[in-house]
Amino acid sequence: MNPTMTKKLLLTLLAWGIALIVFFPIFWMVLTGFKTEGEAVATPPSLFFEPTLAGYHEVMARADYLKFALNSIVISFGSTLLALIVAIPSAYSMAFLPTKRTQGTLLWMLSTKMLPPVGVLMPVYLLFRDMGLLDSQLGLTIVYMLMNLPIVVWMLYTFFKDIPKDILEAGRMDGAGTLQEVLYLLLPLTLPGIASTGLLSVILSWNEAFWSLNLTTSDAAPLTAFIASFSSPEGLFWAKLSAASTLAIAPILIFGWMTQKQMVRGLTFGAVK
Amino acid sequence: MATLQLNNIVKDFGGTQVIKGVDLEVKDREFVVFVGPSGCGKSTLMRMIAGLESTTSGEIAIDGERINEVGPADRGLAMVFQSYALYPHMSVEDNMGFSLRLAKVPKAERREKVLAAARILQLEPLLDRKPRALSGGQRQRVAIGRAIVRNPSIFLFDEPLSNLDAALRVQMRIELARLHEELDATMIYVTHDQIEAMTMADKIVVLQDGLVEQIGSPMALYHHPCNRFVAGFIGSPKMNFLDVEVREASNEGVNVALPGGDCRVPVDGSGVSAGDTLTLGIRPEHLKLDDEGPLTGKIVVIERLGGVTSLYLEHGDSEWILVADGDVAHRVHDQVRFSFDPTCGHLFKGDGEALNHLHRHPLVDIDRKQNRVSSASDDQ
Ligand SMILES: Nc1ncnc2c1ncn2[C@@H]1O[C@H](COP(=O)(O)OP(=O)(O)OP(=O)(O)O)[C@@H](O)[C@H]1O
Ligand SMILES: [Mg+2]
Repeated sequence: MNPTMTKKLLLTLLAWGIALIVFFPIFWMVLTGFKTEGEAVATPPSLFFEPTLAGYHEVMARADYLKFALNSIVISFGSTLLALIVAIPSAYSMAFLPTKRTQGTLLWMLSTKMLPPVGVLMPVYLLFRDMGLLDSQLGLTIVYMLMNLPIVVWMLYTFFKDIPKDILEAGRMDGAGTLQEVLYLLLPLTLPGIASTGLLSVILSWNEAFWSLNLTTSDAAPLTAFIASFSSPEGLFWAKLSAASTLAIAPILIFGWMTQKQMVRGLTFGAVK
Repeated sequence: MATLQLNNIVKDFGGTQVIKGVDLEVKDREFVVFVGPSGCGKSTLMRMIAGLESTTSGEIAIDGERINEVGPADRGLAMVFQSYALYPHMSVEDNMGFSLRLAKVPKAERREKVLAAARILQLEPLLDRKPRALSGGQRQRVAIGRAIVRNPSIFLFDEPLSNLDAALRVQMRIELARLHEELDATMIYVTHDQIEAMTMADKIVVLQDGLVEQIGSPMALYHHPCNRFVAGFIGSPKMNFLDVEVREASNEGVNVALPGGDCRVPVDGSGVSAGDTLTLGIRPEHLKLDDEGPLTGKIVVIERLGGVTSLYLEHGDSEWILVADGDVAHRVHDQVRFSFDPTCGHLFKGDGEALNHLHRHPLVDIDRKQNRVSSASDDQ
C-alpha cells in the first residue's frame, strides 16, 4: 500500500471514530426510548432487548407533542428570519461602509454573548410581564432573535467581506441602487453563507432552554420545555425522558441531515472559493 | 458626443491628499491614457470621474455640465475594471444585459442589444456560459461588452489588459483600437504598459503624486518631455542622465562639457550661464557605439534580445544604458566608446525643468489615426 493510501485510511478511521463518539449519546438516547423503565436503568446496560413503544405512548398521552413542536418551529424559524432581516443591512454597512468604530462594534456585539443570561433574567422578565409578552410566541421569537443576532451579524459580515468590492461597484455603474445591489448581487453571491447562517440560528434557537423555561408556561412553550416537563420531582423516568427527547430532536435532526451539504458548503464558503 | 473637463479637482482621504488639483480637458472621441508610477492616483482619478469616489473639491463636467453630484449610473459612463468584476452568478448574456434589466428595458430589446455587442466582440457562442467557464481574454471581452451595451458616451478602462498574457495583450490592444474607431466614443485608459500608452493614445497624461506632470501626444512626450520626471518615465529602457557643466549658453544653444570634448545641444539656453550645472539626458536608443565618441564606459551587462542588444555600461559612478543593433560582438568587461546626435539630447535644470528645444520634432503633431489604415481615411 502506498503512503497516501495509508494516510487516507487512517484519516477515515479517525473520522469514523470521532463521529461515533460524538453520536453515541444520541444513539443511546434513541435506544433507551424504546426500552421499558426497568431495562433503561439496568446494569450492565442491555444492548439487545425487546423494543417497546410504551414510552412513546405515555409521552404522547401526557402532553400535546404537536403543539410544542409547532411552537418550536414557529419560534426558531421566525426568530431566524427576523435576525436575518435585521442582520443583512447591518452586516452590509459594516462590510462595505466601515468606519473607525466598526471593529469595536463587532467585538462589543460578540461580548454580549459572554454575559450569563441569568444576569438579565429579572429585567427581561419584568419587561415581558409589563408588555404582555410572557408565554407568547412573539416574545420568545424576539428574545431568540436578539440572542442570535451577534453571531448572525458576524457570520454575514465575514461572508460579505469576501465579496470583491469591484463587483458591487460594477453593479453601481450599471445602475443598481443599494437595494438592487443587495437583492441582485450580494444575496445571490452569498446565498450559501446566508443559508448556513440561517441553519445555525435555527438550530441554536431550537436547542435553547433557559429563556423558554423562564418566559413560557404552556401556550408558547417549545420542545425544550416539553422535555423538561418529563423530569418530575418523583424521580427520573429514563425511558420516558429519552422518548420525549428523541421526539424533540427528531425534526431538527432530520432537517440538519437534509441540509448538511448546504451547511458544510456555507461554513467553508470563504476557504474554498 | 462627449467631452470631459476636470477643473482643479482634489481628493482627500481622511487628511491625506491623493489628488492635488488636476486640470484636464478631454475632447470628443479622444483616446486619453493616464500613466504614472504605482500609487500616483490614476485609479483614484478615474474612480472620481466614474462617480465611485466623491470629489473633495473642484469640478468635473461632461459636455460642459457639472456632474459632481450625479450618481455613477447617471453620468453616461461605463467602466471596465482590471479584475473584470463580472457577476459570477450570471451568464454572459445576463452580465451584459444587467444594466438594461435594471433600466427595465423589455426582454426582446435587451437581447437584441446584447447580441449586437456580442457580435462586435465575437462573444456569440459564449452567451450562455458563466464567467467561471471563460478564459481570461474572454472574460475581458465580456467586461468590455457589458460596457458597450450601455452605449456610454465615455469609456473608462483601469488597466484592462494587465491580467492577460503577452500575446493576448497585443491582440486585445489592436481590438480596443478598432473598437474605439467603431464606437466613436471617448475613452480614458489607465495603463502601466509603455507600448499600450504610446500606441493607443491621442493624448497621454503623466501623473506623479497626485499632480499632472505633462499632457501631450505620445510623440510630444517622447521628444519634448517638459521635465526630468517625464523624460525618465516615458521611454523604455529609461533615459540616461548625466550631470554636466555649461561652457556657454545662449538662446541659440547650450555648449556643455563632456569627458571627451564639448557638445552643443540645440535648446534655448536663456537664463543659463557658463559654469552652471545641468543634467544631460539621452535616450538609450540615441546612443551609438562609436570608436571616436566623446563618452566611454565598461560593459557590465549585455541583454541580447535578438533584434536589438541592450548594453549596461559603467563609467566612474555614472551608469549608462545603450541600445544597439542585434549583432554587437562585444563582451562584458570590454571598454567601449560611444556618441550621440546632439539634437537628440535634452537638458534639465536643477529643479528638473527641461530647456526648450529650438526645433519641434516633425512627428509631434501627427494624428494617431494616421498610423492606421481605416475606413475613414481610405477616401480616395
Ligand atoms: N480608500 C482609500 N483610502 C485612503 N487612501 C487611499 C484610498 N484609495 C487609495 N488611496 C491612496 O491613494 C493613492 C493613490 O492610489 P491609486 O489607487 O489611485 O493609485 P494608482 O495610481 O492607481 O496605483 P496603481 O498603479 O498601483 O494602480 C495611494 O497612495 C493609495 O494608498
Ligand atoms: Mg490603480
